[in-house]
Amino acid sequence: MKLGALRETADGEQRVALTPDSAVQLQKLGYDCVIESGAGAAARFEDEAYRAAGVEVVDSAEALLETADIIARVRAPSDAEVAALPSGKKLISFLSPAQSPELLDALSAKNTSAIAMEMVPRISRAQKMDALSSMANIAGYRAVIEAGNQFGRFFTGQITAAGKVPPAQVLVIGAGVAGLAAIGTAQSLGAVVKAFDVRPEVAEQIESMGAEFVFLDFEEDGGGDGGYAAPSSPEFREKQLACFRELAPEIDIVITTALIPGRDAPKLWLDDMVAAMKPGSVVVDLAAEMGGNCDLTVKGDIVESANGVKVVGYTDFPSRMATQASTLYATNIRHMMTDLTPEKDGVPVWDMEDDVIRTSTVTHDGAVTFPPPPLKVQAQAKPQPKKVEPTAEERKAAELAAEQARGKQQIMLLCIGGALMWLVGAFAPPSFMQHFIVFVLSCFVGFQVIWNVSHSLHTPLMAVTNAISGIVILGALLQVGSDSGLVTFLASISVLIATINVVGGFMVTRRMLAMFQKS
Amino acid sequence: MSSGLVTASYIAASVLFILSLGGLSNQESAKRAVWFGIVGMAIAVIATVLSEQVSGLGWIIPMMVIGAGIGTVVARRVEMTGMPQLVAALHSFVGLAAVFIGINSEISPPADLSVVEKNIHAVEVFLGVFIGAITFTGSIIAYGKLAGSIDGKPLTLPNRHALNLGMLIACLVLGVLFFNHAGMWTLVLMTLIAFVIGAHLVMAIGGADMPVVVSMLNSYSGWAAAATGFLLGNDLLIVTGALVGSSGAILSYIMCKAMNRNFVSVILGGFGGTSGPAMEIDGEQIAIDAGGVAAALEDADSVIIVPGYGMAVAQAQQSISELTRRLRGKGKSVRFAIHPVAGRLPGHMNVLLAEAKVPYDIVLEMDEINDDFPDTDVVMVVGSNDTVNPGAQDDPNSPIAGMPVLEVWKAKQVFVSKRGSGAGYSGAENPLFFKDNTRMFFGDAKASVDALLQQIT
Repeated sequence: MKLGALRETADGEQRVALTPDSAVQLQKLGYDCVIESGAGAAARFEDEAYRAAGVEVVDSAEALLETADIIARVRAPSDAEVAALPSGKKLISFLSPAQSPELLDALSAKNTSAIAMEMVPRISRAQKMDALSSMANIAGYRAVIEAGNQFGRFFTGQITAAGKVPPAQVLVIGAGVAGLAAIGTAQSLGAVVKAFDVRPEVAEQIESMGAEFVFLDFEEDGGGDGGYAAPSSPEFREKQLACFRELAPEIDIVITTALIPGRDAPKLWLDDMVAAMKPGSVVVDLAAEMGGNCDLTVKGDIVESANGVKVVGYTDFPSRMATQASTLYATNIRHMMTDLTPEKDGVPVWDMEDDVIRTSTVTHDGAVTFPPPPLKVQAQAKPQPKKVEPTAEERKAAELAAEQARGKQQIMLLCIGGALMWLVGAFAPPSFMQHFIVFVLSCFVGFQVIWNVSHSLHTPLMAVTNAISGIVILGALLQVGSDSGLVTFLASISVLIATINVVGGFMVTRRMLAMFQKS
Repeated sequence: MSSGLVTASYIAASVLFILSLGGLSNQESAKRAVWFGIVGMAIAVIATVLSEQVSGLGWIIPMMVIGAGIGTVVARRVEMTGMPQLVAALHSFVGLAAVFIGINSEISPPADLSVVEKNIHAVEVFLGVFIGAITFTGSIIAYGKLAGSIDGKPLTLPNRHALNLGMLIACLVLGVLFFNHAGMWTLVLMTLIAFVIGAHLVMAIGGADMPVVVSMLNSYSGWAAAATGFLLGNDLLIVTGALVGSSGAILSYIMCKAMNRNFVSVILGGFGGTSGPAMEIDGEQIAIDAGGVAAALEDADSVIIVPGYGMAVAQAQQSISELTRRLRGKGKSVRFAIHPVAGRLPGHMNVLLAEAKVPYDIVLEMDEINDDFPDTDVVMVVGSNDTVNPGAQDDPNSPIAGMPVLEVWKAKQVFVSKRGSGAGYSGAENPLFFKDNTRMFFGDAKASVDALLQQIT
């Protein structure tokens, strides 16, 4: 079959859904690729490059719609474009299905099988097609670059002959993909980065990127379904705003990325916080599309507050890095096609039993299939059970059960051990029992201590224990002074070899340990 | 020195030994931990020498001076790759000393024992000598195998289990005779039989299982010391022997778990028998030269090096360290993946890499790194074989089936530096070498890595 990519018609959209590289991969799946002339120009992919990759270049959108069976795009088609779409085609694009039911109706009327890229579920298997994440990654990076462009100082702190420059203080609100990308970028430019998120579990991710997690002492978990944040309670919100208010005067750059699926963006950076910031500071609002996290945000523009704080409300960050964005998006689409083409024969198979395909398909066989049913992975009792993260309670229960099993085992062992002890005690003389208690306790201490030794130190451990086992020298020492010549002789030999063992063992250990060093 | 003071010294020494073992839990405290051990040992020896029970300094001092001299020379001279042999050799000394001490104690037994105590003493002597003897010959054979002077292949005599059992029963019979005062000859004969048992046990164990054997012998040497402590009524010997014995036992257990093997089956030896025909391997081994490997390394962002015994044999760790330094200098992520049983001694690879000044924080364990292979551009396998054998997962008839392995084949590209195209220590054919993304980089590990160093500057 033929897969074609149209030139994007939306205002300012510079991305393209097919790159020469992805075309090569798609051809390996058995698809012929077609592209509308000039479709990749804005993203710096020339027609020539496509031709070189074996892609047919056609002159007009009509010609492309005529020949291609599968249409790949970035933005949802306009009404006119849907009208021009021949029936029975397949469409892969961002479609905002929740916001545009009419579009879905129109597509299903044309018997189109449509996949909405934003519907790709957030499960591990589907990560390679998760276009929202790849775009968010770009947005996060670009947000920092855009902020740097508006910001009148260095990011990194410097001490120069011309004076000392403090590092820029960056606050990232919302540590999703975009937020983490922003943290990484700002961090690598040398800024001091703090980050906030309502989901306490992302603290580790934030810290892994080198930023400081702004900790809010409050009993509420802001995590919602599918790894996205859920709306928070009013008390929590108050606490959160108070925390931001406190931070505002010292922060130079704020990057807000807080979005809740299917709702307007929460207002988190209010008028008074902007007013508290130093002149020349910058707020970049990545949620501008959904109304913005900042009170002052104007969608698609930069505004300056009364006290000289710039608020960036661009909504097209990925498109501003069209080459990178196209490369990633085209790869996401290519992976989607890989899943759709299990036989690699150039014929897509719409397997509606497959979680990923079912969830992302919004129209199929002349019917609207949006919203999708809940993911099967949550049900678990399906023929192919997949790994499900156990809930906190389940984990606790499992731990408890394991602990109880361990406890039972321990009690069993103790009983057996006790019985054995009793047996020994019943027959052995007291002088033996005195030594025996020392022996048993030492074994016990040995077990407890050795479990903690790290794997890399096992060789030194063995050398040390080897040296220490040379303690048999004591036995030999006690016997040397015997009356019997043979005993003295054997004991002397024992002293000799035990000393070799002790000295050799310790020296070798010291040599080994001297070598362990950190970079 | 009064006996009270001696006991006090022994308590101090015991505490120091425990601290010494506990301190080995991380690299930083480990250096201090060794000093604890040394001081503990010094206190114990000095207190004993000065105690009223000991005479014959004329024998003791020269022997200790000579022993210390030999120990120093050996410890200074030994190559880090020779560490397994050295440890095994040192174990044999403990075993032999325990045998001598036991026999001595029988020749001139402590006076004024009650009847029951006499019997207990007899058991102690017998056990001490038995364990000591097994440790002695077992360690010598282990030494020979590790040093290469004895063939590493398991020696499987017909009916070897029956043979072991027979010898064990013979020892038991001799033991019963010994308790009934049959005389010295029973003890000596038993010692000789135990020598054979020790040798035979270790002969039957394959080279790949040597880490387990060495730690097991380590454990035995501890139990031998503890038995000696019982027969002399010396608590410090008991404490120390028990510490060493339990430490060796745990190490053996950890090793066995890492290989997914049953401890008993390792001890009984004869590893390598397959239950059915090995899986057919399709494809062929494709060789590559240094230029190709160097180009791939230059292109890679993330590299994982998997060292094995072959690296130790070829002494390639310095060259690998230099290669690591240069690759890291180019901003690439370079890490090391260490299989728990890589090499011939627990932690063997860590010691060698540390010697070559590879920073220890990029040297990771199997569990820490196994999930990262799919995201890795290049994996360099240097002298590992069984620990990277996918057959352990895919082929139920493989002799190493079920053993956890490093999943190197999931990386984008794998280079295997290897001397020839033969099989590994377990004798298992390695399907990794036939995979599409694997290239064989034949040659001595050190020569190969040096060739790479000429290409990568």
